[in-house]
Amino acid sequence: MSLNASEIKVGDSYSELIVEDLTRTQIVQYAGASGDYNPVHSDEKFVTEVAGYPTVFAHGMLTMGMTGRMITNYVGDGRLTYYGVRFVNQVWPGDTLTARAEIAGIREEDGETLVDLTISTTNQDENFVLTGNATARTS
Amino acid sequence: MAVDHFPVEASHILMFARAIGDTNPIYHDESHAAGTEVGSIIAPPTFAQASAQFDPDYFLRPKAGQKWFGSGGTASGIMGGEKKEASNSEGEEKESGSAAGGLHAEQHFTYHRHLKPGDVLTAETKPGESWEKESKRAGVLKFSESITEYRDQSGELVVTARGVGVVTEKVIEQ
Repeated sequence: MSLNASEIKVGDSYSELIVEDLTRTQIVQYAGASGDYNPVHSDEKFVTEVAGYPTVFAHGMLTMGMTGRMITNYVGDGRLTYYGVRFVNQVWPGDTLTARAEIAGIREEDGETLVDLTISTTNQDENFVLTGNATARTS
Repeated sequence: MAVDHFPVEASHILMFARAIGDTNPIYHDESHAAGTEVGSIIAPPTFAQASAQFDPDYFLRPKAGQKWFGSGGTASGIMGGEKKEASNSEGEEKESGSAAGGLHAEQHFTYHRHLKPGDVLTAETKPGESWEKESKRAGVLKFSESITEYRDQSGELVVTARGVGVVTEKVIEQ
Protein backbone atom coordinates (compact mmCIF):
# COMPACT_ATOMS: atom_id res chain seq x y z
CA MET A 1 0.00 0.00 0.00
CA SER A 2 1.19 3.49 -0.77
CA LEU A 3 -0.22 6.83 -1.81
CA ASN A 4 -0.82 7.11 -5.53
CA ALA A 5 0.31 10.55 -6.72
CA SER A 6 -2.49 10.75 -9.26
CA GLU A 7 -5.16 10.25 -6.61
CA ILE A 8 -4.10 12.83 -4.02
CA LYS A 9 -4.12 16.62 -3.84
CA VAL A 10 -2.93 19.34 -1.50
CA GLY A 11 -5.34 19.72 1.40
CA ASP A 12 -6.30 16.04 1.56
CA SER A 13 -6.15 14.73 5.11
CA TYR A 14 -6.21 11.55 7.11
CA SER A 15 -6.62 11.02 10.84
CA GLU A 16 -6.68 8.22 13.38
CA LEU A 17 -7.47 7.84 17.03
CA ILE A 18 -4.02 6.64 18.13
CA VAL A 19 -4.67 5.94 21.81
CA GLU A 20 -7.72 5.97 24.02
CA ASP A 21 -7.25 6.39 27.79
CA LEU A 22 -3.44 6.03 27.76
CA THR A 23 -2.35 3.70 30.55
CA ARG A 24 0.65 3.88 32.85
CA THR A 25 1.36 0.31 31.81
CA GLN A 26 1.74 1.30 28.16
CA ILE A 27 4.20 4.00 29.22
CA VAL A 28 6.17 1.32 31.11
CA GLN A 29 5.95 -0.95 28.07
CA TYR A 30 7.47 1.83 25.96
CA ALA A 31 10.23 2.39 28.52
CA GLY A 32 11.16 -1.29 28.29
CA ALA A 33 11.13 -1.42 24.50
CA SER A 34 12.98 1.85 23.93
CA GLY A 35 15.39 1.60 26.84
CA ASP A 36 14.48 5.07 28.16
CA TYR A 37 13.84 4.47 31.87
CA ASN A 38 13.70 8.12 32.90
CA PRO A 39 11.77 7.86 36.20
CA VAL A 40 9.57 10.83 35.24
CA HIS A 41 7.71 8.34 33.03
CA SER A 42 7.08 5.54 35.54
CA ASP A 43 8.09 6.51 39.07
CA GLU A 44 5.21 8.29 40.79
CA LYS A 45 7.21 9.04 43.93
CA PHE A 46 10.13 10.56 42.03
CA VAL A 47 8.03 12.53 39.58
CA THR A 48 5.77 14.09 42.22
CA GLU A 49 8.28 14.59 45.06
CA VAL A 50 11.52 15.33 43.20
CA ALA A 51 10.62 16.46 39.66
CA GLY A 52 7.50 18.32 40.83
CA TYR A 53 4.98 17.16 38.24
CA PRO A 54 1.40 16.08 39.13
CA THR A 55 2.01 12.50 37.97
CA VAL A 56 4.03 10.46 35.49
CA PHE A 57 3.84 11.47 31.83
CA ALA A 58 4.49 9.73 28.53
CA HIS A 59 7.78 9.78 26.68
CA GLY A 60 7.56 12.26 23.81
CA MET A 61 8.88 9.40 21.71
CA LEU A 62 5.84 7.27 22.60
CA THR A 63 3.56 9.96 21.16
CA MET A 64 5.87 10.27 18.14
CA GLY A 65 5.79 6.47 17.71
CA MET A 66 1.99 6.25 17.94
CA THR A 67 1.65 9.22 15.56
CA GLY A 68 4.07 7.48 13.19
CA ARG A 69 1.66 4.55 13.08
CA MET A 70 -1.04 6.86 11.68
CA ILE A 71 1.44 8.17 9.08
CA THR A 72 2.61 4.74 7.87
CA ASN A 73 -1.01 3.57 7.71
CA TYR A 74 -1.60 6.53 5.36
CA VAL A 75 1.56 6.60 3.22
CA GLY A 76 2.47 2.90 3.27
CA ASP A 77 5.30 0.83 4.72
CA GLY A 78 8.87 1.85 4.03
CA ARG A 79 7.78 5.02 2.21
CA LEU A 80 8.89 7.72 4.66
CA THR A 81 11.99 9.72 3.81
CA TYR A 82 11.60 12.21 6.67
CA TYR A 83 9.60 12.43 9.89
CA GLY A 84 10.18 15.18 12.44
CA VAL A 85 8.19 16.61 15.34
CA ARG A 86 8.07 19.08 18.20
CA PHE A 87 6.65 17.98 21.52
CA VAL A 88 4.45 20.94 22.40
CA ASN A 89 2.58 19.67 25.45
CA GLN A 90 3.01 16.75 27.79
CA VAL A 91 0.89 13.61 27.42
CA TRP A 92 -0.59 12.16 30.61
CA PRO A 93 -2.14 8.84 31.66
CA GLY A 94 -5.81 8.91 30.71
CA ASP A 95 -5.22 11.01 27.60
CA THR A 96 -6.98 10.15 24.36
CA LEU A 97 -5.01 11.25 21.31
CA THR A 98 -5.94 11.82 17.69
CA ALA A 99 -3.24 12.19 15.04
CA ARG A 100 -3.78 13.92 11.72
CA ALA A 101 -1.82 14.27 8.49
CA GLU A 102 -2.60 16.84 5.82
CA ILE A 103 -1.00 17.01 2.39
CA ALA A 104 0.94 20.27 2.24
CA GLY A 105 2.70 19.70 -1.06
CA ILE A 106 3.41 17.26 -3.85
CA ARG A 107 6.74 17.56 -5.66
CA GLU A 108 9.16 15.79 -7.95
CA GLU A 109 12.68 14.98 -6.79
CA ASP A 110 15.22 12.67 -8.44
CA GLY A 111 12.53 11.10 -10.62
CA GLU A 112 10.22 10.36 -7.70
CA THR A 113 7.01 12.02 -6.58
CA LEU A 114 7.24 13.04 -2.94
CA VAL A 115 4.38 14.12 -0.72
CA ASP A 116 4.95 16.58 2.13
CA LEU A 117 2.65 16.19 5.10
CA THR A 118 1.82 18.47 7.99
CA ILE A 119 1.38 16.37 11.11
CA SER A 120 -0.41 17.15 14.35
CA THR A 121 -1.61 15.22 17.36
CA THR A 122 -4.21 16.57 19.74
CA ASN A 123 -5.57 15.41 23.09
CA GLN A 124 -9.14 15.10 24.31
CA ASP A 125 -9.19 18.83 25.15
CA GLU A 126 -8.18 19.61 21.56
CA ASN A 127 -4.80 20.89 22.68
CA PHE A 128 -1.86 20.09 20.45
CA VAL A 129 0.62 17.70 22.05
CA LEU A 130 2.78 17.19 18.94
CA THR A 131 3.26 19.09 15.68
CA GLY A 132 5.51 18.13 12.82
CA ASN A 133 6.16 17.24 9.22
CA ALA A 134 6.80 14.15 7.18
CA THR A 135 7.79 13.37 3.63
CA ALA A 136 6.98 10.14 1.81
CA ARG A 137 7.55 8.60 -1.58
CA THR A 138 4.37 8.02 -3.55
CA SER A 139 3.78 5.50 -6.31
CA MET B 1 26.10 9.00 22.82
CA ALA B 2 28.25 6.52 21.00
CA VAL B 3 26.92 3.10 20.13
CA ASP B 4 29.40 0.64 18.65
CA HIS B 5 27.09 -2.30 18.17
CA PHE B 6 23.32 -1.96 17.68
CA PRO B 7 22.06 -5.25 16.28
CA VAL B 8 18.56 -4.77 14.85
CA GLU B 9 16.62 -7.88 15.84
CA ALA B 10 13.12 -9.10 14.95
CA SER B 11 12.10 -9.70 18.57
CA HIS B 12 13.12 -6.17 19.55
CA ILE B 13 11.14 -4.73 16.61
CA LEU B 14 8.13 -6.81 17.71
CA MET B 15 8.33 -5.47 21.27
CA PHE B 16 8.82 -1.91 20.09
CA ALA B 17 5.83 -2.11 17.73
CA ARG B 18 3.71 -3.53 20.57
CA ALA B 19 4.71 -0.64 22.83
CA ILE B 20 3.49 1.94 20.30
CA GLY B 21 0.33 -0.09 19.72
CA ASP B 22 1.17 -0.91 16.12
CA THR B 23 -0.18 -4.29 14.97
CA ASN B 24 0.96 -3.85 11.35
CA PRO B 25 2.27 -7.30 10.26
CA ILE B 26 5.21 -5.63 8.47
CA TYR B 27 6.77 -5.36 11.95
CA HIS B 28 6.39 -9.01 13.00
CA ASP B 29 5.20 -11.38 10.27
CA GLU B 30 8.02 -12.53 8.02
CA SER B 31 5.82 -14.36 5.50
CA HIS B 32 3.49 -11.36 5.16
CA ALA B 33 6.49 -9.04 4.77
CA ALA B 34 8.05 -11.25 2.07
CA GLY B 35 5.05 -10.60 -0.16
CA THR B 36 5.13 -6.80 0.21
CA GLU B 37 6.99 -4.08 -1.65
CA VAL B 38 9.62 -3.80 1.12
CA GLY B 39 10.19 -7.56 1.03
CA SER B 40 11.09 -8.13 4.66
CA ILE B 41 10.22 -7.09 8.18
CA ILE B 42 11.25 -3.47 8.74
CA ALA B 43 11.41 -1.38 11.91
CA PRO B 44 8.85 1.34 12.74
CA PRO B 45 9.98 4.89 11.86
CA THR B 46 11.02 5.83 15.41
CA PHE B 47 12.87 2.58 16.22
CA ALA B 48 16.36 4.08 15.88
CA GLN B 49 15.75 5.76 19.25
CA ALA B 50 15.94 2.30 20.87
CA SER B 51 19.69 2.44 20.22
CA ALA B 52 19.71 3.66 23.85
CA GLN B 53 19.56 -0.05 24.75
CA PHE B 54 23.02 -0.49 23.24
CA ASP B 55 24.70 2.62 24.63
CA PRO B 56 26.80 1.27 27.53
CA ASP B 57 26.76 4.64 29.30
CA TYR B 58 23.11 5.57 28.69
CA PHE B 59 22.16 7.79 31.63
CA LEU B 60 18.48 6.82 31.74
CA ARG B 61 18.95 3.10 32.38
CA PRO B 62 19.62 1.68 35.85
CA LYS B 63 22.92 -0.20 35.89
CA ALA B 64 24.03 -3.05 38.13
CA GLY B 65 26.02 -1.86 41.12
CA GLN B 66 25.34 1.83 40.49
CA LYS B 67 22.99 4.17 42.29
CA TRP B 68 19.88 5.18 40.41
CA PHE B 69 18.24 8.60 40.72
CA GLY B 70 14.68 7.22 40.73
CA SER B 71 12.90 6.30 43.95
CA GLY B 72 13.76 3.43 46.24
CA GLY B 73 13.31 3.90 49.97
CA THR B 74 13.42 7.65 49.41
CA ALA B 75 11.95 9.68 46.58
CA SER B 76 15.30 10.24 44.91
CA GLY B 77 16.50 6.72 45.58
CA ILE B 78 19.93 8.12 46.25
CA MET B 79 21.19 7.85 49.81
CA GLY B 80 21.03 11.13 51.63
CA GLY B 81 18.06 12.19 49.57
CA GLU B 82 20.17 14.44 47.38
CA LYS B 83 18.09 15.75 44.51
CA LYS B 84 19.27 14.74 41.08
CA GLU B 85 17.79 16.16 37.95
CA ALA B 86 16.46 14.06 35.13
CA SER B 87 18.22 14.19 31.82
CA ASN B 88 16.69 14.79 28.44
CA SER B 89 15.66 11.84 26.33
CA GLU B 90 18.85 11.98 24.32
CA GLY B 91 20.61 10.76 27.45
CA GLU B 92 23.00 13.65 27.80
CA GLU B 93 23.86 14.49 31.35
CA LYS B 94 22.64 17.91 32.34
CA GLU B 95 23.88 19.95 35.23
CA SER B 96 20.83 22.14 35.45
CA GLY B 97 20.50 21.75 39.22
CA SER B 98 16.81 21.97 38.49
CA ALA B 99 14.37 19.41 39.83
CA ALA B 100 12.27 20.18 36.74
CA GLY B 101 14.98 18.43 34.75
CA GLY B 102 15.31 17.98 31.04
CA LEU B 103 12.62 17.21 28.50
CA HIS B 104 12.59 16.15 24.90
CA ALA B 105 11.61 19.13 22.73
CA GLU B 106 12.05 17.93 19.16
CA GLN B 107 13.00 14.81 17.24
CA HIS B 108 13.63 14.47 13.52
CA PHE B 109 14.59 11.46 11.43
CA THR B 110 15.81 11.41 7.84
CA TYR B 111 15.58 7.93 6.35
CA HIS B 112 18.14 6.95 3.77
CA ARG B 113 16.64 3.48 4.01
CA HIS B 114 14.50 1.67 6.59
CA LEU B 115 16.04 -0.57 9.24
CA LYS B 116 15.51 -4.31 9.12
CA PRO B 117 16.43 -7.36 11.19
CA GLY B 118 20.01 -8.36 10.54
CA ASP B 119 21.29 -4.79 10.33
CA VAL B 120 24.14 -4.10 12.71
CA LEU B 121 24.38 -0.39 13.26
CA THR B 122 26.76 2.06 14.80
CA ALA B 123 25.62 5.46 16.00
CA GLU B 124 27.67 8.55 16.56
CA THR B 125 26.26 11.69 18.14
CA LYS B 126 27.63 15.18 17.74
CA PRO B 127 26.42 18.29 19.51
CA GLY B 128 24.57 20.84 17.37
CA GLU B 129 23.30 24.33 18.13
CA SER B 130 22.17 25.57 21.51
CA TRP B 131 19.81 28.46 22.21
CA GLU B 132 17.56 29.98 24.87
CA LYS B 133 13.96 31.11 24.89
CA GLU B 134 11.72 32.69 27.51
CA SER B 135 8.48 30.88 28.28
CA LYS B 136 5.51 31.99 30.36
CA ARG B 137 4.82 28.49 31.61
CA ALA B 138 8.36 27.31 32.43
CA GLY B 139 10.71 30.30 32.68
CA VAL B 140 13.98 30.31 30.73
CA LEU B 141 14.23 27.36 28.34
CA LYS B 142 17.70 26.13 27.40
CA PHE B 143 17.64 24.11 24.20
CA SER B 144 20.47 21.93 22.93
CA GLU B 145 20.58 20.01 19.70
CA SER B 146 22.38 16.78 18.88
CA ILE B 147 22.83 15.00 15.57
CA THR B 148 23.15 11.22 15.45
CA GLU B 149 24.27 9.32 12.38
CA TYR B 150 23.30 5.67 12.17
CA ARG B 151 25.43 3.59 9.82
CA ASP B 152 24.97 -0.02 8.81
CA GLN B 153 27.44 -2.92 8.65
CA SER B 154 28.79 -1.60 5.32
CA GLY B 155 29.32 1.87 6.73
CA GLU B 156 26.38 3.28 4.76
CA LEU B 157 24.42 6.09 6.38
CA VAL B 158 20.90 4.70 6.98
CA VAL B 159 19.23 7.16 9.37
CA THR B 160 20.16 10.67 10.44
CA ALA B 161 18.50 11.78 13.67
CA ARG B 162 18.33 15.29 15.07
CA GLY B 163 17.19 15.62 18.65
CA VAL B 164 16.56 18.74 20.70
CA GLY B 165 16.52 18.60 24.48
CA VAL B 166 15.29 21.39 26.72
CA VAL B 167 16.05 22.17 30.33
CA THR B 168 13.34 24.30 31.90
CA GLU B 169 13.99 26.87 34.62
CA LYS B 170 10.96 25.62 36.54
CA VAL B 171 8.36 22.87 36.32
CA ILE B 172 5.98 23.52 33.42
CA GLU B 173 2.71 24.99 34.71
CA GLN B 174 -0.19 22.70 33.96
